[in-house]
Amino acid sequence: MLIFSVLEESETEPGCPFIYIIRKDIDVYSQILRKLFNESHGIFVGLQRIEEELTGKSRKAQLVRVSKNYRSVIRACMEEMHQVAIAAKDPASGRQFSSQVSILSAMELIWNLCEILFIEVAPAGPLLLHLLDWVRLHVCEVDSLLADVLGSENPSKHESFWKLVTILVLQGRLDEARQMLSKEADASPSSAGMCRILGDLMRTMPVLSPGNTQTLTELDLKWQHWHEECERHLQDSTFAASPHLESLCKIMLGDEAALLEQKELLNNWYHFLVTRLLYSHPTVKPIDLHLYAQSSLDLFLGGESSPEPLDSILLAAFEFDVHQVIKECSIALSNWWFVAHLTDLLDHCKLLQSHNLYFGSNMREFLLLEYASGLFAHHSLWQLGVDYFDYCPELGRVSLELHIERIPLSTEQKALKVLRICEQRQMTEQVRSICKILAMSAVRNNRLGSALSWSIRARDAAFATLVSDRFLKDYCERGSFSDLDLIDNLGPAMMLSDRLTFLGKYREFHRFYGEKRLTDAASLLLSLMTSQIAPRSFWVILLIDALPLLEEKEVVFSAEQTYELMRCLEDFASRRPVWREPGVQRIQEDVENTKLEMLRLALARNLGRAIIKEGSLEGS
Amino acid sequence: MEDIYAKFVSQKISKTRWRPVPPGSLQTADTFAAGSWDNEENYVSLWSIGDFGNLDSDGGFEGDHQLLCDIRHHGDVMDLQFFDQERIVAASSTGCVTVFLHHPNNQTLSVSQQWTAAHYHTGPGSPSCGSAPCTGIVCSNPEIVTVGEDGRINLFRADHKEAVRTIDNADSSTLHAVTFLRTPEILTVNSIGQLKIWDFRKQGNEPSQILSLTGDRVPLHCVDRHPNQQHVVATGGQDGMLSIWDVRQGTMPVSLLKAHEAEMWEVHFHPSNPDHLFTCSEDGSLWHWDASTDVPEKSSLFNQGGRNSTFLSHSISNQASVHQSLISSWLSTDPAKDRIEITSLLPSRTLSVNSLDVLGPCLVCGTDSEAIYVTRQLFS
Repeated sequence: MLIFSVLEESETEPGCPFIYIIRKDIDVYSQILRKLFNESHGIFVGLQRIEEELTGKSRKAQLVRVSKNYRSVIRACMEEMHQVAIAAKDPASGRQFSSQVSILSAMELIWNLCEILFIEVAPAGPLLLHLLDWVRLHVCEVDSLLADVLGSENPSKHESFWKLVTILVLQGRLDEARQMLSKEADASPSSAGMCRILGDLMRTMPVLSPGNTQTLTELDLKWQHWHEECERHLQDSTFAASPHLESLCKIMLGDEAALLEQKELLNNWYHFLVTRLLYSHPTVKPIDLHLYAQSSLDLFLGGESSPEPLDSILLAAFEFDVHQVIKECSIALSNWWFVAHLTDLLDHCKLLQSHNLYFGSNMREFLLLEYASGLFAHHSLWQLGVDYFDYCPELGRVSLELHIERIPLSTEQKALKVLRICEQRQMTEQVRSICKILAMSAVRNNRLGSALSWSIRARDAAFATLVSDRFLKDYCERGSFSDLDLIDNLGPAMMLSDRLTFLGKYREFHRFYGEKRLTDAASLLLSLMTSQIAPRSFWVILLIDALPLLEEKEVVFSAEQTYELMRCLEDFASRRPVWREPGVQRIQEDVENTKLEMLRLALARNLGRAIIKEGSLEGS
Repeated sequence: MEDIYAKFVSQKISKTRWRPVPPGSLQTADTFAAGSWDNEENYVSLWSIGDFGNLDSDGGFEGDHQLLCDIRHHGDVMDLQFFDQERIVAASSTGCVTVFLHHPNNQTLSVSQQWTAAHYHTGPGSPSCGSAPCTGIVCSNPEIVTVGEDGRINLFRADHKEAVRTIDNADSSTLHAVTFLRTPEILTVNSIGQLKIWDFRKQGNEPSQILSLTGDRVPLHCVDRHPNQQHVVATGGQDGMLSIWDVRQGTMPVSLLKAHEAEMWEVHFHPSNPDHLFTCSEDGSLWHWDASTDVPEKSSLFNQGGRNSTFLSHSISNQASVHQSLISSWLSTDPAKDRIEITSLLPSRTLSVNSLDVLGPCLVCGTDSEAIYVTRQLFS
């Protein structure tokens, strides 16, 4: 898109105009994001293709796998962008890359949550485990801190030791927390007893492990017991001596105040939510999630700050409002990539009711169309857009037809690729128009062979006629054919247009004459004239061509054929075009008349000889 | 064929070529060049495999291919050839032919020579010297032959400013590819389905021989000559058909094999195992054609120390009265007797595979999905 802007003009000097080049979608031009587009295109097409095979139980597992593929692509992109951000030489671009990284990270966060809630559809019990994984995946400082502290000589004396243990407990990584506590117990014997008790509590916390055959009620019961035991320890002031251990115990009891004290370590409200659920309602049901989510958000923010777009998207997800999630994401993100692919995947999970938009197509199709149109605006990614249009049943084909004609074709190879796309989808109109454009420019560049091959591909008889006329015109002017290699080897393509057939046959006539196959040449010439495929303007040439055959020593034309020739000659003479220019006309007419006279004479003589030859007995 | 590495490179790849290994050395291929197309800024880049990552249990190298260096290229890269160890010749859609020089010490590429108007259109409608894409290159040190959409053939010599020989209007249609038959002879294929043989020793602008299919004039897009038998040539067409020709005999192909569903962009005989042929196509697949016949009974002359006898037999030049195995299995006109095994090498369907190259046990290919695939174990 170009915008032309003119500055204010003063009287004395003309303004200097600027031309602004506007790009529709800046993300599409990023080098690293291109990998995202390409890889996700592969996943998208793969998903559409296996759609028919997705049945029954394995359906969910396969869709989860597709979702994980998408996520791994986002993560790979994030990784690479992170590397580039670190290595960036100037701070501005470094900042830009970093902000891109955080956007990608947010996208992955949202996608992951959608996968857990909508695709995996985890029931109560496993739900919490998935949410825990989700949170752990997005807080990566823990591992580096862990390595740091463990690597030091005296871990328990490390300054971040208690911070680390708290984070581990907040994330539900109780085994590792226990290990850390044992180190503390070794280091300071005074708190060894307390550490051991707390460690035991950690060890005995009931969790649902995958493959465990407990029912939820059993788990709930056990958890209640454990909870009461922790409560008792707290009330007995077992941990009164160490404030750290006491706050840990409070956390494990799910005490909100204690959790809120750790705001800094939790970093965001959804972490708070999951930790809270882990330690107060581990068997939470999916439908109850949104209540806890809302209250967690309110508690965490505490009225100090307002929710950000990401927060409202996550809330909408916890409320299982798929449409709201998509709507908010569309508003918040600058590119259609995320919503298009996520919506398509959720559509395969049969989660979107046919939410008809006012112009008739559904939401999935709308988003895919928008995304694909964005791709077509890119000089190179248009090839990806084709596949997206293919899978939009209502408006996809029409959109593709419109877009594909407008791709600039700089080389034949690109044109061939575009034509292949059109032919595979039976878009004959587009094939025709593209081939016509190419053939026309070939004719202009004097590449008549190319022009012919394009018109053959498009089965364009009219254009083939045009090319043949060019050849014939060249012959009239120069007296010989150019590009014999083409005309001699037309093959079945000759049948495409009458003019082309004539051209091929006329050349064949020349060949026969050159090879002295005179009778064949004669009958071919005659058939050319009588079959009406010769253009009128060429008749005089054909007739003149008959002259040398008539003058041959032996009789080539039979009487019958001679009569035919005479008829053609008279036919032609009676319908000769009237010349307009007087000066030229006289000379041309004279030349013409002379030729016709010679022809009449030759024909008469030939007739005589033919009649005699045919009348006499054989062998005499 | 398990280990094929894919890497997304953020540009559509039009050509990939292995750097040739020095003759007589035991190295395998370790560097390849790639050219991009359809970008606002196109690049010719050099990539390295091996020497990175760890040795796995078989002693092979692991890890992705890494970018060594690249250089801006004006116009699409239509064809790419290694002229020698350090020089790469690139054909552009602007009609320009450029020789790039690789400096290994600081890993950069620079332009060493350029012929800017190698291919152009002249005609009543076009402005004088409107540019025409150069579509094919073949090198044989010190000569470079280029062909283009203008139907022109140029013979360049490195370090000569002007073309040594130009055949104007060699063809009325587009010339798609060119290959050497013997050093003064080249073979071109065009978009009306003809093979033409040109002899540079002769004066004049006429081909010395024309071969074509009867029937539909399907454009031919690629050609490759058998490495050992200089009269055997394979071509790939717009309908995905693979044809094998014997240029000494007649004007018809020896065999026609229905292959891909869309244009075949490149065909390559394996340079050291010519019983293996590789083709890649617009339909997103890359096929390995294995015509090696395992003939159990062989005269003891050819069984030396357990070496593969078919390998050995094809390195001897063809003589008239010879053992059956010496005649190229590609020329055998009985397809039922000699089964050709065809394997598809890419793990999943992608967009068009534009280019491939093989050297030793290594294969590299580039696609329109902006990915480069490399495998180091072609014959595992």
